[in-house]
Amino acid sequence: MSDIVLALKDVETYYGKIHALRGINIEVKKGQIVTLLGSNGAGKSTTLKTISNLVQASSGTVEFFGKDITNVQPYDIVEMGLIHVPEGRRIFRDLTVEENLELGSYTLKDDKERKNRMDHVFEMFPILEERKKQDGGTLSGGEQQMLAIGRAMMVKPKLLLLDEPSMGLAPIIVQDIMKIIRRLNSEGTTILLVEQNAKMALKLAHYGYVLETGSIAMEGDGSQLREDETIIKAYLGS
Amino acid sequence: MSTFDIILQQLINGLLIGSFYSLVALGYSMVYGIIMLLNFAHGDIYMAGAFVAFVMLAVVSPVLGAGWLGIVAAMIASMFLVGLLGVFIQRVAYRPMLGAPRLSILITAIGVSLVLYNSVMAITDGEFQAFTTDLGFAGVDVGSVHITYTQIILVVATAILMISLNWFISKTMYGKAMRAIALDKDACRLMGINVNKIIALTFFVGSSLAAAAGTMAGVYYGSIHFFMGFVIGLKAFTAAVIGGIGSIPGAMIGGLVLGLLEAAGTQLPFIGSEWKDVFAFGLLILLLVFRPTGILGKTEIERM
Repeated sequence: MSDIVLALKDVETYYGKIHALRGINIEVKKGQIVTLLGSNGAGKSTTLKTISNLVQASSGTVEFFGKDITNVQPYDIVEMGLIHVPEGRRIFRDLTVEENLELGSYTLKDDKERKNRMDHVFEMFPILEERKKQDGGTLSGGEQQMLAIGRAMMVKPKLLLLDEPSMGLAPIIVQDIMKIIRRLNSEGTTILLVEQNAKMALKLAHYGYVLETGSIAMEGDGSQLREDETIIKAYLGS
Repeated sequence: MSTFDIILQQLINGLLIGSFYSLVALGYSMVYGIIMLLNFAHGDIYMAGAFVAFVMLAVVSPVLGAGWLGIVAAMIASMFLVGLLGVFIQRVAYRPMLGAPRLSILITAIGVSLVLYNSVMAITDGEFQAFTTDLGFAGVDVGSVHITYTQIILVVATAILMISLNWFISKTMYGKAMRAIALDKDACRLMGINVNKIIALTFFVGSSLAAAAGTMAGVYYGSIHFFMGFVIGLKAFTAAVIGGIGSIPGAMIGGLVLGLLEAAGTQLPFIGSEWKDVFAFGLLILLLVFRPTGILGKTEIERM
């Protein structure tokens, strides 16, 4: 059973009085890209926030490599190798690109290793190296998304949670982001991808879940979901 | 005294007072930057710094003397202890209030201020305490102006503290984390940053700087008093706003500008030096009319 990286078991989460997650079960296996689809307000972002513990689950458990992390502090979860890239990128606008990346490796004490990782990020995103002395806020949307992903890579994540990486980006940039996700995955990072852009997500995903008002409505292999009638109707257009 | 002498004299006075304002303003600005709290107890932290240094000097002077060696030792001890006091206040008074409306936490800060100065008042019976040192009045003479070594050393010491702070904020991981927390706390958590720890560290640094200023004020004026933090607290707050609250270089500049304006205000023709505050604050209000965010303050522009 050691190939299960992440397991959510009967997880329920409340946002104040709103019952955002109504007992969901999700499994992410090692080396996979798993996607979480659903419309606005279905609970996709809440699921990710519950995993990284920005929001506390009211019941159920979240396990990471078999270890219960439901009540572990967010900053400790990061140290275990589970990184959440939040919706809207959330880069530090008044800090330089370089400082943004450095903060990504905040938990790392070894400056030499930090340098190595940053070189790796720059190799993957040459544009970030060109702009490393610029403030994050001056980057374009696509570059900001690259910075957000690069910042997460500074931790050498075992599991990466990506929340709507394609949001607000031009189609051609979305293609770039897809390539990056695929490459990260081929380099050994397991990925849980939340997307509104179901077309993109299902092209990438090995496995997928569909969330509807806080419950899992459907799940299956990526290829299987791509051909499913209801999914085509609801998320892929005709 | 020639005009040049007067200008030089006031320049030195203004720089000295301004340095104290700057050091205290830094704490205001840093704390506001990260948790949007106007820490009205910060002036009393400065006062506490002076009193702790006073006690520490009494402890170390039998061994180190009451010259610079003893003073520096007392100042470092005071910076450390008062830094811890700041962290303690943050922990018991402010952290539980972080989720509460901004006004409630502001009232908490006023409460902390009352507790601090009333405690010191009770301990000292409200009396002035002589901050006696072995520093003489030796110095250099420029024209008819006598500049003591004490004045020179105090200004240099402030400069060193500010340069160190700038280095800390811009180059170290903790400093970068402080700036990041001011921008986005949740994103920081997702980066593995323990936000509460960094907030506590910010209080430590801000309180230490105020303690250094308090110690230096004690050395400079030769006496300390439980109420000494009140006016400087207001003025340092003003300095922080003038510089652009939340901005660290802004706090430094704001303090110096206020100090220099006040010094200039003592020399106003026809009216007495008691109008110096009116003069200084009048100009500052004018400045705020034209630059509402202060000298280095940024206008918030949200962009997706």
